[in-house]
Amino acid sequence: MSNKVKEVPEGQEMQRRSFLKCMAWAGAGVLWVMNAGVLSSCTLLQAGSRRGKFSFVQISDSHIGFNKEPNPDATKTFGEAVNRVNALPETPAFLIHTGDITHLSKPEQFDTASQILKGAKSSQIYFTPGEHDVFTDDGKLYLERFGKNTQGNGWQSFDYDGVHFIGLVNVLNLKQGSGTGLGGSGFGQLGQDQLTWLEKDVKGLSNSTPIVVFAHIPLWTIYPDWGWGTEDSAQALSFLKRFGSISVLNGHIHQVLQKVEGNVTFHTARSTAFPQPAPGTAPAPGPLKDVPADKVRTLLGLTEVTFVNNTSPLALVDSTLA
Amino acid sequence: MLNTYKILGLIGTLTVAGLLITACTSSNATQSDRKALVKVNPSSSPTASTGMSKMNMSNSGTANSKTHQSAAPNQVTIENFSFAPATLTVKAGTKVTWINHDDVPHTVDENDKRFRSGTMDTDDQYSYTFSSPGTFSYFCALHPKMTGQVIVK
Repeated sequence: MSNKVKEVPEGQEMQRRSFLKCMAWAGAGVLWVMNAGVLSSCTLLQAGSRRGKFSFVQISDSHIGFNKEPNPDATKTFGEAVNRVNALPETPAFLIHTGDITHLSKPEQFDTASQILKGAKSSQIYFTPGEHDVFTDDGKLYLERFGKNTQGNGWQSFDYDGVHFIGLVNVLNLKQGSGTGLGGSGFGQLGQDQLTWLEKDVKGLSNSTPIVVFAHIPLWTIYPDWGWGTEDSAQALSFLKRFGSISVLNGHIHQVLQKVEGNVTFHTARSTAFPQPAPGTAPAPGPLKDVPADKVRTLLGLTEVTFVNNTSPLALVDSTLA
Repeated sequence: MLNTYKILGLIGTLTVAGLLITACTSSNATQSDRKALVKVNPSSSPTASTGMSKMNMSNSGTANSKTHQSAAPNQVTIENFSFAPATLTVKAGTKVTWINHDDVPHTVDENDKRFRSGTMDTDDQYSYTFSSPGTFSYFCALHPKMTGQVIVK
């Protein structure tokens, strides 16, 4: 991964390096380092000129139809998330839903989601499907409802205020995976058609164009044993490595994790429906069930993204529904 | 190139999550206890061959026994994100039934789409009759790490 360290003042680079070094996803032991990341971020924000500023919101994993512990009403918490977005001091330019809109791909679940999203002040909403939206019919219903203006199986790109946004689909044609490596990882996958499209899509862009990629399953390998990764993401990222700034927004794992690798920042968002265990800390992924009712909302939420300027593109703020 | 993040509330969130994991693990014991009480269909009588393309959703199994799942013949239990038994060997003409005892939905999808269960929510069943010999590998379309196979002799 190419790197632009020369442009970074020494002190800030040191902070970033220590952040990188210890920015492991596993466990609470690295929390103090996360603190360093936060401090650094604040400093940069205060110093940054907010030229060309705009914001958008990422919501994810609404799982409409989910009604078990710890959240008997995922519809309600999704509505709360939309209300929270509407209450932001500045209306975001648009929303991005990073998949698992529904729990079981049922027509009425898609209906409910659409109905709730009609209440959003931002009328422009971009979607990418999660496996829960496509697993019964290979995405037919999803594409009918939410695939407008997309290509192939639902992938898309658009530009906003100088930033190039790319929505990828990595939840179709999943293959069984008991091992690791090609064809047997149990990971998400993009597929050759989409990769070909992606390569072409970014071809004409200058290296200084900020890139934001969104997809449901993380495009970095978080935890292979649970299939939390995308098999051919490295190929996708290879088309993007020439760009100075790449931000990758994912859902799927229902918790906030972040990683910085060269000029790529990876970020996963919370679910608005239910939290999942940290990687490897439970026998299997799935809802964290025994969450006290008054605590559930502290584990659900949304991500507000503010575009700052051309060299430090994104400030991500995750807020919970509590 | 700078990467700027505000990670508000993350420390508190992770701490809470860390505490919850213990609680979550203990809930599995409750689930296992419940499993022993679920009625299952122990019938292994082969049905007429239906052809490999036919899918049968079956929720009408005759519940006349409280046998533990693992003891039931021609049945695969889905629990804790795994198929048990992971490999099942049956004779041609046998109907195999999968039951989902997890709190999350799963599916049974044959690798070459020779059969697909569709959504199996909690306690849903799916049955498929294997009319001819072969090895049938399958997985959960929602959790592709979950795999199993049926060997038909």
